[in-house]
Amino acid sequence: MSDVIKPDVVLDLKGLLCPMPVVKLQLAAKKLQPGQIIEGVATDPGVMADIPAWARTSGNELLSIEQQGKEYHFVVKKTA
Amino acid sequence: MEKDNKLSMVVFSGDMDKVMAAFIIATGAAASGMEVTMFFTFWGLKAIQKDSSLTGKGLFGRMLGLMNRGGIETIGPSRFNFGGVGRWMMKTMMKQKNVASLRELRDMAIELGVKLMPCQMSMDVLEIDADKMLPAATAPVGVAAFIEEAAHSKITLFI
Repeated sequence: MSDVIKPDVVLDLKGLLCPMPVVKLQLAAKKLQPGQIIEGVATDPGVMADIPAWARTSGNELLSIEQQGKEYHFVVKKTA
Repeated sequence: MEKDNKLSMVVFSGDMDKVMAAFIIATGAAASGMEVTMFFTFWGLKAIQKDSSLTGKGLFGRMLGLMNRGGIETIGPSRFNFGGVGRWMMKTMMKQKNVASLRELRDMAIELGVKLMPCQMSMDVLEIDADKMLPAATAPVGVAAFIEEAAHSKITLFI
């Protein structure tokens, strides 16, 4: 995924628990222009539900989210 | 009345666990692009009080201020506080698991633009002056100010 879309920001959310992953994600998204891409990795299993929910509520686009071992990798496009 | 993408919350409790829930919901909503207002009343006021600020004017007010002194770090959980041992235990467990502290959550809420409104009437009753509140808090307000916020909100909560 990351070799297809080049991210504008890479976020390391490893070790963070609720609500910090979505808080950091929003703080990063606020600094970007619409259309720009955020790629991130987290370790809290809760993000599998929370990041898609954050995208729906905030109006941003979730391009992908997947589990890789104990990590959760996601790509979000800022559209809000 | 037209409802905005907004959340309004009354924070009545001054218990560590409940205040934590309040700030988690507030930061989560603000992070999801919602406008958030938190109305702090009675014991909840302590969550937005400056650290180690002594309050009170009369005898009762000063006694209350003494027993209730300190800022957000000094509030204990609603169960199993055991005179502060429970608070220390909870804080230690939270730190071990890398959960954000109450202070960090509050800082995040402020950074995300959450509106912190102190209740004037309970400040009068508990004898807490406006200068004992954090600079990030709004000027003290009454119930009508909260109702105006709540009337425009999709989500309202009482904690």
